[in-house]
Amino acid sequence: MTDVAIENAKPAPRAVTAWEQLKVNRNWLALWFMLPAAAFLILFLAYPLGLGVWLSFTDARIGRSGVFIGLENYDWLSDDPVFWLSVFNTLLYTIVASAVKFAVGLYLALLLNENMPFKAIIRAIVLIPFIVPTVLSAIAFWWIYDAQFSIVSWSLRHLGLIDGNINFLGDFWNARWSTIFANIWRGIPFVAITLLAGLQTVSPSLYEAATIDGASRWQIFRHVTFPLLTPIIAVVMTFSVLFTFTDFQLIWVLTRGGPVNATHLMATLSYQRAIIGGHLGEGAAISTAMIPFLLAAILLSWFGLQRRKWQQGESND
Amino acid sequence: MTIFDRRTLLQGGTAAAATAALTGPAFLEWSKAWAQAAPWKPEKDAQLSILRWKYFVQAEDDKFVALMEAFTKATGVKITISRESYEDVQPKASVAANTGAGPDLFWGLYSLPHLFPQKCVDMTDVADYLGKKYGGWVDSAVKYGKEGNKWIGIPICYTGSLMNYRIAASQKAGFSKFPGKTDEFLEYVKAMKKNNTPGGFALGHASGDGNTWIYWCLWAHGGQHVDKNDKVTINSPETEKALNYAKALFENMVPGTASWNDSSNNKAFLGEEIHWTNNGISIYVAANKDASKKHIAEDMNHAYFPVGPVGKPTELHLMFPILAMTHTKYPQACKALIAFMLEADNFNPWIAAAEGYLSHCLTAYDKNPIWTADPKRTPYRDVAKRSLTAGGLGSNGEKAAAAISDFVVLDMFAAFCTGRDDTKTAMKNAERQLQRIYRS
Repeated sequence: MTDVAIENAKPAPRAVTAWEQLKVNRNWLALWFMLPAAAFLILFLAYPLGLGVWLSFTDARIGRSGVFIGLENYDWLSDDPVFWLSVFNTLLYTIVASAVKFAVGLYLALLLNENMPFKAIIRAIVLIPFIVPTVLSAIAFWWIYDAQFSIVSWSLRHLGLIDGNINFLGDFWNARWSTIFANIWRGIPFVAITLLAGLQTVSPSLYEAATIDGASRWQIFRHVTFPLLTPIIAVVMTFSVLFTFTDFQLIWVLTRGGPVNATHLMATLSYQRAIIGGHLGEGAAISTAMIPFLLAAILLSWFGLQRRKWQQGESND
Repeated sequence: MTIFDRRTLLQGGTAAAATAALTGPAFLEWSKAWAQAAPWKPEKDAQLSILRWKYFVQAEDDKFVALMEAFTKATGVKITISRESYEDVQPKASVAANTGAGPDLFWGLYSLPHLFPQKCVDMTDVADYLGKKYGGWVDSAVKYGKEGNKWIGIPICYTGSLMNYRIAASQKAGFSKFPGKTDEFLEYVKAMKKNNTPGGFALGHASGDGNTWIYWCLWAHGGQHVDKNDKVTINSPETEKALNYAKALFENMVPGTASWNDSSNNKAFLGEEIHWTNNGISIYVAANKDASKKHIAEDMNHAYFPVGPVGKPTELHLMFPILAMTHTKYPQACKALIAFMLEADNFNPWIAAAEGYLSHCLTAYDKNPIWTADPKRTPYRDVAKRSLTAGGLGSNGEKAAAAISDFVVLDMFAAFCTGRDDTKTAMKNAERQLQRIYRS
C-alpha cells in the first residue's frame, strides 16, 4: 500500500524561481518597453529642465560653472523693474494675442466649415501664415513696421490721411500692439484649421435634430457646436498660449526687446541676460520663473478637458 | 587649403579671382621666404582652426581667405575657418576657454581676451615684433591687448564708427564744415531738422551704432560708468548733462530712432530719409557700388564725432582682437599666423580690400594709400588713435563686456530721451544694474 501511495503522490511542484516569475511578468516586460522612451524624456527633457532650475540657483556664467548662491538671482529679479516689465509684457502679449487668435480663429473655422466655392483652395490659403518660417515673416513685418519705409505709413501718407510716418516700433504702446498683431497674424491659421477639424467631427444628425426642434442658428452654435468643440478648444488654446508665452523669434527680429525694454518678453530677456550678457544663472532664473505660468496654463486646459465629461453627461467621473 | 564649407563654395567665383591676384609666384616666394625667416616655426604637421566674426564687406573676407591659403602654402599648416556673427564669437570663445576644446584661434570683439586672460597664449613676443617693425601700437590697442605686462591678444583692427553726413544739405543748413564741438553739433542738428533734412542716431538695441554714439555722448560730457577701480559712477551730474544733451539731439532727430537697430540708419541714409548719422564706412561703400545711389556717395562725407566739454575726442570704435587659446597644440603656428596676417605685404592689400571698413592699430599703416586715395576715407584712418576702450576708466574685462551687451547705458539714454524716466530714475536704474554687473 505504501508503494501505491508513493506511486500516486504527484511530484511536489518545483519551486518557481524569482527569475522565472520575472520572465513571464508583464509589468517587467513593460518596464523594458518603456525604458527607451523614459531615457529619451529624462535625457532631453527632465535633465535640461533640472539643470536650468539648478543654474538659476548659481552664479554661473557662460563657460564657467558657478557656485550655489541660493535665491540671490530671484532676490535680485524681485526688485528689477526690467524683469517685472517683461512679466507684464509677456502676460499682455499672451492674453491679448491668445484671445484674439481664439475669437478670429473660431470665426474663420465656422466660415470655412460652410459650403462655398473653392473651399479647398481657401482653406489652403488660410494656412499660409503658419507655413512661412517665423523668421521670414518677422523680417517682412520688420519692413512693414519700419520707421522710414513702412508700406502702411507710405500708403496712408499718399492717401492724405496722415502727415508723418507712424512710429510703429519706436513708441512703447505702438511697439507692443505691433508685435502682438504680428503674433496674431501668425497664430490664427493654427487655431482656425484645428478648430475646423474639430467642427467636421460634429455629426450632422445633431444639427438636423436641433433644426427640427426649431433651434435658431445661435442656439445651434451655443448648445450643439460649442459644447462638442470644447475639448479641441482646450487643446488648441493650451498650445496657442504656450507658443505665445514662449515666443522669441518675432520679438528678437522686430525689436530685440526695445524700445527701452517695452517689448521684452521673459524669453527674450532671459536670452539677452544669459547668452548675450553671459549671466547664465540670472537668465536661467528668468526662464524658471516662466514655469509657474506655463503650469497654470496647462492645468487650466486639463480642467477644461474634465468639463467635457460633464457636458457629455458622464457626471460620475 | 581651407576646408571648403558652404560659404567658400558659394563665393567661389570672387574668391578664386582674388586668390589669383594674391598668390602669384612672386607672392608665394615672398611668403616662403617670410616663413623661413620668421622667429616662429610652426610645429610639425600643425593644423589650426580659427573662428572669426562674420564679415561686413565681402572683399575683405575674400582677402582673408586668400591670406590663410598663402600661409598654408608657405608653411604647410592647414587652416580651417569658421565664421559667426560678431556678437556670437564671445559665448563660443568662453565655452572653449572653459572646456579646453574648440578652435585654436578666436577673432572677436572688444575685450575678448580679457574675459579669460589665463587661457590666452602669451603674445608678447609677437606684439613686440610687430610693434617694432611697424611704428608701434596706438594707446587703445595696448589697452585692449595687454593684461599687466603681458600681451594676451593681438589687436588686429578696428571698425570705425564716425559721423556720416550729406554735404549739400549741411551747407544749406549753414555748415560748410562738419561741426567739431558738441554745442555746435546741436545747432547743426536743429538746423538740419528745420530744413527738413534731419538725421538720427540709433536708440534701439543696436549693439554697434547704438552703443558707440551713447558712450561718445556720455564721455564727451565727462560721465563715466565706472572709475578706475571699477566703482560704479554712472549716477553723476556729468551723466545728467550727457542725458540732457542726448535728449536735445533726440528731439531734433528723424522720428522712430528708438526702434532702430544696426541696419536701420544704413537703410534710411541710402533711402535719403536721413542726412546725418553715425556709422562705419559701409554706407559709403554701398552707395559707391550701386549706380542708382552714386549721387549719395558723391554728396556725402565722413567726420570725427564732435568733441564735448571734456575737450578731447571721446569716441568708441569696434575693436577686433585675435587670441590663441592655451589649449592649442600648436602655439608657434598660431603666433606665426598672427604675425603673418599683420605683415605689410599681407595687411596692406587686406585693409585696401576692406575699403576703409577695417582700420589698423599699427601706426606705420597710416601710410597705406587707401586712406588718402579717396579723401572721404581719411577720417577712418585715425579711429584707433581716437578710440577709448569699452571699459571706460575701469577694467576691460567681462564686466565691461556685460555692461555693453546688456545695453545698460544705452537703455538709460533711451529711457530718458523717450520720456519714460526722468534723469534721476534713469540714472538710478542704470546704477543698480551696473552695481550688479560690477559686484566683485
